[in-house]
Amino acid sequence: MIYWQIFLAFFIPGILGYGGGPASIPLVEHEVVGKYEWMSTQEFSEVVAIGNSLPGPIATKMAGYIGYAEAGVLGSIVAMIATVAPSLILMIGMMVILMKYKEEPEVKSLTKLIRPVIAVLLGFMTIRFAQQSVEGVGISYTLLIMGVSFILLEKVKLHPAFVIALALLFGAITGL
Amino acid sequence: MVERPISKNTSARPGRVLHRNIGLAFFRIGMLGFGGGPSSIPLVHQEVVKKYEWMTDDEFGDTLALANTLPGPIATKMAGYVGYRVAGLWGCLNALLSSIIPTVVLMIVFLGLLQTYKDVPWVENMAASVVPVVAVMLALLTWEFIKKSGQTLGWMRALLLLALSAILIEAFNIHPAFVILGCFLVAFSSLLKRRKKA
Repeated sequence: MIYWQIFLAFFIPGILGYGGGPASIPLVEHEVVGKYEWMSTQEFSEVVAIGNSLPGPIATKMAGYIGYAEAGVLGSIVAMIATVAPSLILMIGMMVILMKYKEEPEVKSLTKLIRPVIAVLLGFMTIRFAQQSVEGVGISYTLLIMGVSFILLEKVKLHPAFVIALALLFGAITGL
Repeated sequence: MVERPISKNTSARPGRVLHRNIGLAFFRIGMLGFGGGPSSIPLVHQEVVKKYEWMTDDEFGDTLALANTLPGPIATKMAGYVGYRVAGLWGCLNALLSSIIPTVVLMIVFLGLLQTYKDVPWVENMAASVVPVVAVMLALLTWEFIKKSGQTLGWMRALLLLALSAILIEAFNIHPAFVILGCFLVAFSSLLKRRKKA
């Protein structure tokens, strides 16, 4: 029963992947390459590489593609549902409870307390992206793109979509 | 700090326009989020808080905290929840499909092409050039949260909490989920005390 196998292969990484999409990559590899042997390590690394250079969340892209490769469109849908549904249902349930008691002083103070933690998480994410950028395009290009995008985003108030489009264009030209 | 009223568009019976907006917002988020889930966080903020005002900054922060605490991909959790909140179950499906399907289709097409053209340096370079932009977006968002922390908690307490969570998360490698759970415990401890008295 291929669909059941696909469901399991993506359901398990979905509920164990703490830390978002990238955290579940090794877990998916364990299932897809190790347990079910649908792909070789080489094929899997190609999937990850392409997945990394395309936009959008990585975990769902991988699930969608591998499900499609194994069992067509239906396989793709099963894999995506298995990746997304468990954590999403939890999320909605918990947020509904939190919103219900929004006006309680406890929830208000929770929001206040959580804010610095989120700031720290975002801060470290920033640093990781900066590091990744230096590895990807080198330090001088990183500083250049960062400076220009800061000015465009913060001073010119240009929509992020345009800034990203410009960066894509810049990358394509300098990469030729 | 003036608290803004609860966001617009939370009506029980959303119109077609609302669904078109959800679709468009998450299509943009999906197609522009280079570098995996976390890179779409500033984009979600842009669409959901700034552009459509479906949520306040505070609600966005709470959503992000919870999404970080639960397992699974972060971008889809954010999309699914925001969609659900704005337009119920259909909104949830709309946001999910809009953010995922286009990228999966691209993935299938690209991997097909890859068999023909093995490696394309300029494509790689395109994706790599977006990473610094994402870093700047995240930095701006970080600053917004720091500023807000200072305004609501007072700078002394805010800096103390910032330092504390930074040390816990980075130096002691404690999973952020536990730090956030700690916040839950501190926030609800007064509730437990009240319960005991009652």
